[in-house]
Amino acid sequence: MFDHAEASALKISHAVARGEVTASAVIEATLARIATHNPLLNAFTDVTADRARACAAAIDARLAKGEVVGPLAGVPFAVKNLFDVKGLPTRAGAKINRELPPAERDSPLVERLEAAGAVLVGALNMGEYAYDFTGENIHDGPSRNPHDPARMTGGSSGGSGGAVAGRLVPLALGSDTNGSIRVPSSLCGVFGLKPTYGRLTRARSFPFVASLDHLGPFARTAADLAASYDAMQGAAAGDPACAGQPVEPTVPALAAGLDGLRIATAGGYFHRGLSLEGHSALAAVAAALGARHEIEWPEAARARAAAYVITCTEGAALHVERLRTRPRDFDPAVRDRLIAGAMVSAVAVAQAQKFRRWYRDRVLALFAEVDAVLLPATPCTAPQIGQQTFALDGVEIPVRPNLGIYTQPISFIGLPVVAVPVPLTPLPIAVQIVAAPWREDVVLRIAYALEEKAVAAAPKPAGGISALI
Amino acid sequence: MPTPDLDDFIAASARALALPVDPAWYPTIRANLEVTFRLAALVADFGLPDDAEPAPVFRP
Repeated sequence: MFDHAEASALKISHAVARGEVTASAVIEATLARIATHNPLLNAFTDVTADRARACAAAIDARLAKGEVVGPLAGVPFAVKNLFDVKGLPTRAGAKINRELPPAERDSPLVERLEAAGAVLVGALNMGEYAYDFTGENIHDGPSRNPHDPARMTGGSSGGSGGAVAGRLVPLALGSDTNGSIRVPSSLCGVFGLKPTYGRLTRARSFPFVASLDHLGPFARTAADLAASYDAMQGAAAGDPACAGQPVEPTVPALAAGLDGLRIATAGGYFHRGLSLEGHSALAAVAAALGARHEIEWPEAARARAAAYVITCTEGAALHVERLRTRPRDFDPAVRDRLIAGAMVSAVAVAQAQKFRRWYRDRVLALFAEVDAVLLPATPCTAPQIGQQTFALDGVEIPVRPNLGIYTQPISFIGLPVVAVPVPLTPLPIAVQIVAAPWREDVVLRIAYALEEKAVAAAPKPAGGISALI
Repeated sequence: MPTPDLDDFIAASARALALPVDPAWYPTIRANLEVTFRLAALVADFGLPDDAEPAPVFRP
């Protein structure tokens, strides 16, 4: 009996390619799971059932004719609702955006996954305009954590984390400006890849902070991350932010093991405020990888500060006309941060961008000595939905901006990261594996090795998915 | 950086930027500005030479 809920993306595609299950059966089972569990998890804001059924039927027809289908044949996936999906307004979690005309064409990343045989089944909940670390949304309601629906998924790609952890889909796409893939990966206990800045095209996605925006996948295995990432690589005409890096497949060397890799940890800033669970996860990963060397990461607090300044000001610039004309249609928490950002001097932004280059040069120098660095992903496991503060080192601080304190210094200079889930009970938490620019192969290889060693895994919700009903 | 009278600053900035800011929003905007100014000062305090290049470089 094929376990539709638990099957990884690659297990599904192999079964479809071998004729053990049809793509149509996979999609029907997926749509049934969404119908059953989404009322609680609130991961999906749109379900593209008709399109998915047609796409699956086309794959089955091609297989029946003996044609070769792609490496992700029949794999259901969903995207954060800031990706263009033909026929849907790209709402980006906002009330205002749902008045936009329907997108005329899919995002190129959706097109590339479908070209590899994957089947889009819908769009996913997110924090308004991606300015969020909680997964809460005042218009659509909060995404709920499958491990405890009273808790946050993390955000802003909250629906992406919840849909994958909740076994609604094996693969989802999200965006990460300051941690919005890695924070929900940590709180929901799934694998998330934030590739190098400029690696995957952002064309036909709704932006937030042009200097810092990245797109990437969520999955329950490192191999699924690698396979989907490989399918999405490549230059994109008309996207000046896409670096046009040659396609560098990661799947072939995914199981190459750890030989030759120099892996270190970093203390200082990255240990301050870290919960016992965070320390436990980091220690387990470091021990499994034999990472005994601790490096000194330069100026992480200042990097986080500079990322904060660039985020609020570029975000304000993006939304200023909507702030003038529709301020009461924003989530007030997002609106007031954007208004404040509009009032920050350009001097601060220029200084932040100068610091960014200095910091990038210093951090890149570290990678002459090591191939990867292990860092915590979030200070703690998933807080309660609506929780306003948490205690870090005995000091109560606001949840919303501080879930990303360990992720912001990394995305600030666009380094590739896999957030690797460590299945602690009752709630998982992730560790960031960080490498030099363009070395997604290194972080994915380490993530795969950790999974092989049973240190990393995307845990099932307690009691299984049926317990969520 | 001297601490500005933030409510006056918010009101003046809102007028200059043509942003219709409800005074009821001032406490949250003020709290956000205080954090941002503190973090911006942390960046500004880091001495960099005049010829330091910013991270984004325009290539024609």
